[in-house]
Amino acid sequence: MDIVKGVLEKSRLATSKAITAVENEYPEAAEIMSKLYSHTGKAYIIGITGPPGAGKSTLTDKITKEYRNRGKTVGIVAIDPTSPYSGGAILGDRIRMMDISMDEGVFIRSMATRGSLGGLSQKTADAVKILDAYGCDIIIIETVGVGQSEVDIVKNADTTMVVLVPGLGDDIQAIKAGILEIGDLFTINKADRDGVEKIHIETEMMLELSGNYEGWRPPINRTIASDNEGIVAVVDAIEEHGKYLRETGELEKKRKERIKDELLAMVEDKITRHIYKTVVGSEDFANTITSLQKREINPYTVADNIVGKILK
Amino acid sequence: MEKRIRVLVAKPGLDGHDRGAKVVARALRDAGFEVIYTGIRLTPEQIVETALQEDVNVVALSLLSGAHNTLFPKVVELLKEKGLNDVLVIGGGVIPDSDIPGLEKAGVATIFTPGTPTSDIVEFIKKNVK
Repeated sequence: MDIVKGVLEKSRLATSKAITAVENEYPEAAEIMSKLYSHTGKAYIIGITGPPGAGKSTLTDKITKEYRNRGKTVGIVAIDPTSPYSGGAILGDRIRMMDISMDEGVFIRSMATRGSLGGLSQKTADAVKILDAYGCDIIIIETVGVGQSEVDIVKNADTTMVVLVPGLGDDIQAIKAGILEIGDLFTINKADRDGVEKIHIETEMMLELSGNYEGWRPPINRTIASDNEGIVAVVDAIEEHGKYLRETGELEKKRKERIKDELLAMVEDKITRHIYKTVVGSEDFANTITSLQKREINPYTVADNIVGKILK
Repeated sequence: MEKRIRVLVAKPGLDGHDRGAKVVARALRDAGFEVIYTGIRLTPEQIVETALQEDVNVVALSLLSGAHNTLFPKVVELLKEKGLNDVLVIGGGVIPDSDIPGLEKAGVATIFTPGTPTSDIVEFIKKNVK
């Protein structure tokens, strides 16, 4: 099967196979991505992050349906964590989206983090590109909202939505470093729960204190996703943000940064792999480590030598 | 190469007894597989469309309502129609021994009846996945 041709001709099977090739690092993956690249850059990318149990998958399902009502096609990359012990994963986001899985205008792919520290990875970005080339107008990346991955998602999305939920013990989730800096909009889901006023006010306070008085002011919306409440306002807010980014030229800037970061990350990755292949694992290397431990040599000089050899 | 075995665990038809499916899903995760768990009350069409989008290696069907002779072969048939020829289909649930040969003839690789150690399922998948 000519996978590239298939993706461009909107074959769902080819698109699925392309994503697998990238995920499993098949030899043909590089060629597939090189050929598809010129067909990317069209889709609008939305990142949805937040703590486990906030209702991200349900929200993604409802937001997708609203976009479908507005005549857009949607691609979804739903990310769940890989177990650090077994290497396996339960990819359970899709269960909230079963009725849209039969919609020809929707493509959903579940991906495991597979040990990528930030939660997202080049593979996620490539899966997004494949869906872009396939023709999705909107692509939603839904992630595990813990630790570094929140920052990662900003790098991959045009609009980032942070989902909060009332009463998760610590009402000051919003203060968590990074969350406030990355949210272009905040959605308080399960808004029928106790504590919704509190978390709304606290989030607003935190936004005030962050001192960003010009440009885009992140709105705070309330939803009860399971009842389909508040969804239209959220999609309107996403569209508003998109409009703002386009009119101010911010979108172009963001995407340029993203392309730059991606290129550098790819180069770094190739160099690191080269180092692991050529340097680590050699007997020489094991002896070097032993000498270092005995303080016979120092790592600063060793590092210089290693790099010097590679750069030659 | 970073290949992982991807398994779709699905319950076709009108059957809400998902405890077994969840136990199997967890066991497969603990064995290092990526498990897409899609829950209850799915049509064969939904199962196959999911298998396609997720490019799974295995479709594991769980059924306790007695409709396996209709639904399991239907899933196999639809997988072939969609060009998913390398997918291993396995099943479990409340399935009388006498029905097993018929199901295997229809393309289900094997049936795991109640009481099967989950390690058997893991080993079977590892040995037979394409």
